[in-house]
Amino acid sequence: MTDGYRKIALDGLWHNNQALVALLGLCPLLAVSNTLINGLGLGLATTMVLTLSNASVSIIRNWVRPEIRLPVFVLIIASFVTTVELVMNAYFHGLYKVLGIFIPLIVTNCAIIGRAEAFASRNSLPRALVDGLSIGIGFTLALVVLGGSRELIGQGTLFDGAHLMFGEAARDWRWSINDEYPGILLAILPPGAFMGLGIMIALKNIIDRRLSRQKPAAAPRGEPVTI
Amino acid sequence: MRRSLPVIVSGLLLGLFGVLGAGLVGLSHQGTAERIARNEREALLEQLERLVPADQIDNDMLGDVIEVSAPGALGAATTRVYRGRRGSQPVAAVLSPVVTQGYSGPIQLIVAVRADGRLSGVRVLGHRETPGLGDKIEIERSDWILGFTGKSLLDPPASGWRVRRDGGAFDQFTGATVTPRAVVRGVRASLEYFADHRSHLFGIEQAQGENGND
Repeated sequence: MTDGYRKIALDGLWHNNQALVALLGLCPLLAVSNTLINGLGLGLATTMVLTLSNASVSIIRNWVRPEIRLPVFVLIIASFVTTVELVMNAYFHGLYKVLGIFIPLIVTNCAIIGRAEAFASRNSLPRALVDGLSIGIGFTLALVVLGGSRELIGQGTLFDGAHLMFGEAARDWRWSINDEYPGILLAILPPGAFMGLGIMIALKNIIDRRLSRQKPAAAPRGEPVTI
Repeated sequence: MRRSLPVIVSGLLLGLFGVLGAGLVGLSHQGTAERIARNEREALLEQLERLVPADQIDNDMLGDVIEVSAPGALGAATTRVYRGRRGSQPVAAVLSPVVTQGYSGPIQLIVAVRADGRLSGVRVLGHRETPGLGDKIEIERSDWILGFTGKSLLDPPASGWRVRRDGGAFDQFTGATVTPRAVVRGVRASLEYFADHRSHLFGIEQAQGENGND
């Protein structure tokens, strides 16, 4: 049984990472990953919605008739997103202003309805919770890595804007290569996001191939993704 | 009748979830509305106090506000004007938003003008200019916007209200001239609007307005 949870968690974090393998939720992923903190903020909001929606979909999975299943999922997701948006506006006002329109757009993140339909509607509550949490954390990690690299290459800093999320004390977390760094605009502009994501997917495939070579018996999970 | 039963049940279920969802949103709205309103008020007040220092005025600028409509000069359908006063004397008027056309869309400005017609400060509220180039108009990215503080329609003279490349007094950025040009144009238009409507903006009679002009 524990093994089952382990597999769900590993799938969400790595083997079936929604950003790097399923390539879902690219709109927010590419748009908001211009700094580490922005990526982290949107990632955490997405994780929260994903966990809540997975849990509720799993609870009601035996009541909802198949023909109205999708509209019900959409209703649930939209309600949670609006709630998260309101809470963020109330308690993280600065970050809310930065992430702006991308919070309502979490509704359109296919990863969330995808997990509701493919996993939560067929699994028990604890399993759906673990799945939502690990898929969300996997998505957040991808956002943080992409956001961090773009921020580092593009403007030569890390943790810029941390105070928006962690309060004034976090203003000092900002780290910069040096003040002379000219910045590479391409990394901050949208093409930089596509290139960064492409490099991340390539790296993941290389790592997977190495791993499967070391353990030839392991399932061929690491094959390159064909889209 | 029997065949339509599942449809009715489904419809009712769907309706139930709609009600539940709306209930959840309603509850969280109720729980956060007050705090959100306070956040917005505080953010605005902080913004205003950065432009008009609190020790120069003794009224509540958030409460002393009128709405004007001058799409031609100020770019927005309606612009709020917050008035700062000390005693009965007008100290400054803060115009928000002033909209000017930038390189890739409208740029929203907040422009504070002192009673004597000099700029108390300008900030950018929102824009979609190129990151790394045009976004140097933001105070977080460069000090450029502070160059407006203290300027008036006479200083520099009318011919100087342009970017340097056009023969004016304001710097442009390397690789981005359109953005600063737009901001200069917007600020100048606000100053001209202020000069023409000064008494109205402060809500004072013309005669008094002349007296108050120190």
